[in-house]
Amino acid sequence: MTRSLLVLLTFIGIGLTGIAFSGIAATPEVNLYSYRQPFLIKPMLDEFTKQTGIKVNVVYAKKGMLEKIKAAGDNSPADAVLTVDIGRLNELKEAGVLQPVSSKILDANIPAHLRHPEGLWFGLTTRARIAFASRDRVRPGELRTYADLADPKFKGRICIRSGKHAYNVALIASIIAHEGAAAAERWLRGVKANLARKPQGNDRAQAKAIYEGVCDVAIANTYYMGKMATNKKKPEQKKWAAAIRVTFLNQQGRGNHVNLSGAAVIRNAKNRANAVKLIEFLSGDFAQRIYASQNFEYPVKASVAIDPLVKSWGQFKADTINLEKIAKLRSTASKLVDKVRFNEGPGS
Amino acid sequence: MSATTINLSGPLLRAFRRFRLDGWTVGAVVVAALVATPLIAVVSIAFAPDDDIWAHLSATVLPLYIEKTLLLMLGVGAGTFVIGTGTAWLVTMCRFPGRWVFNWALLLPLAVPAYVLAFVVTDQLEYAGTLQVWLREIFGWETRQDYWFPEIRSLGGAITVMTLVLYPYVYLLSRAAFLEQSVCVLEVSRTLGKNPWQGFFSVALPLARPAIVVGVTLVLMETLNDLGTVEFFAVPTFTAGIYDVWLNMNSIAGAAQMATVMMIFVLVLIGIERFARSGQRYHHTSSKYSTLPSYRLRGVRAFFATAACTVPVILGFALPAAVLTGYALEFYEETLSADFFVYAANSLSLSAIAAVLAVLIGLFLAYGTRLGGGLVVKAAARFASIGYAVPGAILAIGVMIPLARLDSALDIFSRQAFGIPLGLLLSGTIIAVVYGYLTRFLALSYGTLEASLGKITPSMDGAARTLGCSPGMALRRVHFPLVRGSLLTAGLLVFVDCMKELPLTIILRPFNYETLATFVFQYASDELLEESALGALTIVAAGILPVILLSLTIARSRPGQGAPNAASATETEGMVP
Repeated sequence: MTRSLLVLLTFIGIGLTGIAFSGIAATPEVNLYSYRQPFLIKPMLDEFTKQTGIKVNVVYAKKGMLEKIKAAGDNSPADAVLTVDIGRLNELKEAGVLQPVSSKILDANIPAHLRHPEGLWFGLTTRARIAFASRDRVRPGELRTYADLADPKFKGRICIRSGKHAYNVALIASIIAHEGAAAAERWLRGVKANLARKPQGNDRAQAKAIYEGVCDVAIANTYYMGKMATNKKKPEQKKWAAAIRVTFLNQQGRGNHVNLSGAAVIRNAKNRANAVKLIEFLSGDFAQRIYASQNFEYPVKASVAIDPLVKSWGQFKADTINLEKIAKLRSTASKLVDKVRFNEGPGS
Repeated sequence: MSATTINLSGPLLRAFRRFRLDGWTVGAVVVAALVATPLIAVVSIAFAPDDDIWAHLSATVLPLYIEKTLLLMLGVGAGTFVIGTGTAWLVTMCRFPGRWVFNWALLLPLAVPAYVLAFVVTDQLEYAGTLQVWLREIFGWETRQDYWFPEIRSLGGAITVMTLVLYPYVYLLSRAAFLEQSVCVLEVSRTLGKNPWQGFFSVALPLARPAIVVGVTLVLMETLNDLGTVEFFAVPTFTAGIYDVWLNMNSIAGAAQMATVMMIFVLVLIGIERFARSGQRYHHTSSKYSTLPSYRLRGVRAFFATAACTVPVILGFALPAAVLTGYALEFYEETLSADFFVYAANSLSLSAIAAVLAVLIGLFLAYGTRLGGGLVVKAAARFASIGYAVPGAILAIGVMIPLARLDSALDIFSRQAFGIPLGLLLSGTIIAVVYGYLTRFLALSYGTLEASLGKITPSMDGAARTLGCSPGMALRRVHFPLVRGSLLTAGLLVFVDCMKELPLTIILRPFNYETLATFVFQYASDELLEESALGALTIVAAGILPVILLSLTIARSRPGQGAPNAASATETEGMVP
């Protein structure tokens, strides 16, 4: 009994070190709430610390960060956020927890349409939501537009992840923005009727489904293609990638829908200068190259070359619609997914 | 003059006595209220003015959410009840090959997080998975169109996975109940001409009802709050809807309203069950705890008994553990290059702290209920324990709001009084995580201990008090030794659950603080479980030891066990067939 009590006290002691650590603030630091996984951003943050001596403290979470910032109010320790999807950035902006930043470096590195006009948020990379088409079963030119996906010729041939996933919600919102809610609803019903199976899995799972012959076409983000094609640990994924032709959509019209990953500075940031430095670093050559070569995203900085593999898919025309417009239509898009019962799959 | 003083002091004294007696009541209500504060915070968010989401929901997906949620609960509830009580009865009452292994092995799936099993099952059973590859080779099928195979990512898949990881709750509690049953009632049923089966259905099962109900309630609450598994299997449940309203429709108020509706639903369910057995008591009046009769099973029966116990262990534990080991051998670098041992220490210490506190609070509340605080304490404790049914991320927000308020008050006070800023003393440290765990897992400790105390006849309390014990002394000297096994059970359950917990840990943790579960999550969230397999395997492994400990304590907890006296020894001889 005494011994088990001792063991217990030891654990409690170890646990309390967490409190001790969080209380000490000696070196210059910046506190980051990240929606992106630590293993993706760690190399960049390590380099940032090496170059500047500023320590980066990170919490990674996919939800609840806005509520955490709001609840803590003036007391909030967060200096900056790192997100994917314009929806999250806009949500933070609408909640009034961001502060404007003006930086010559950021203005030079990031094209104007990929940052907020008053510097409330900054895009760091873009990713295109494209079609993966089977090399064997989809003829070149058979699929050219988002509208084609709703065409009956693709009946039973399309795979997609949940219509409620942020990437799909943004895509649907972009269609609402361009064509109106009624047209978007018709389109969504058309796509649903063409589905090969109930929406499920992530983007990678759709590529696998094409390889396995479950479907011929999938909607997915570009970088998944790069990650599969270069996967040394799981060589079977190279076969999935090999079965797929990267197909950019609406190239004759408004261009392919793109989303971004970005960063912003929190209103009550205690380490404001360090937070700005961090975002400047992430928009700079070193970080942009890592984004491009390891995660196969499109860097925002024009002078940084895209990855050769990504380049091999060809140049594409991106939809230049104001991204905040898309963010504002997310709720409408999400409700549309409910209305057409998209996630119940074909035949429901 | 003196007469009036006496007249006055009489009622005063009585009032004081009552107050003193009520000290427990007041204490219990205060503690319950503290634990329930996050729940109250969630309810209060629900009242914030916001767009009306209900019109949209009821016109579109609400019926679907309700249908899928009820079907899921029905499936998992029935599955865990059958597997849990069935296997518990087999290993407690029958003798068949492997019984002693199954005794504890049946608990092992408890250590496996549902999202891990979901991943492994899908990985093995889908088109490219091991099973279908074999089938294609054996039967010469070429493509998917050549044969039919059930959809894995479906309601059925979710029910299967959740049943497999959750049945141990029912097994654990019903087995403890069977072990604690006085052998007399079973003897009586046999004397009255019932066969073993009838004895099970008409005597043992009804007597174990409070314990089984606790087990199934825990299972159902866990089923209700789950997001990871239902998202993986693409099942649109009410909880999936809560997250959708919150994150896609930007309505935290709407999400809180849905969560509140869910809490009311759970309270009503529990209330109905309580009402259905009101007036019944389940404590044992006989202290004749001789060795249980064991029916020796032979031939086909023994085979089926062994098979019935093997299948859940293989599917719920051996399969995921083997697959994870396979991944871990291949991808161990990713895990080891991270601060693996720090994560493990964080997981263990957090879980241990939460387990000890949850047991203390659970015991305090359960005993407070028993002392005659009655309805008030009971209602408070029951409300505090529905945190188990609330989706984790929503509960996290409920934890964060009151803590942040308190923090800012403390900060202002400290600045004014001492000129020292405190920052986020509570909500920015692991105190917030532990607080969240307590609110979430109180149901485990309180439920277990309430059921256990319920089996001690009130005449014990009466005797102790007549002999001059205060309520505190009676708890320490009478009840505590009697429920020792259940204390450990409760603690280990909370421990194992904390090891697996995700949403609260992720949202409430301080900067740079990683546990095994959060480490696994950063990969698993992108369906890349292989990369973090060693982490997942460690969560499972860390759960095994408590699980075995659990099983040993329960086996030892049977009253009369380990202290054989002449009377029971002779009885045993007459009993064994």
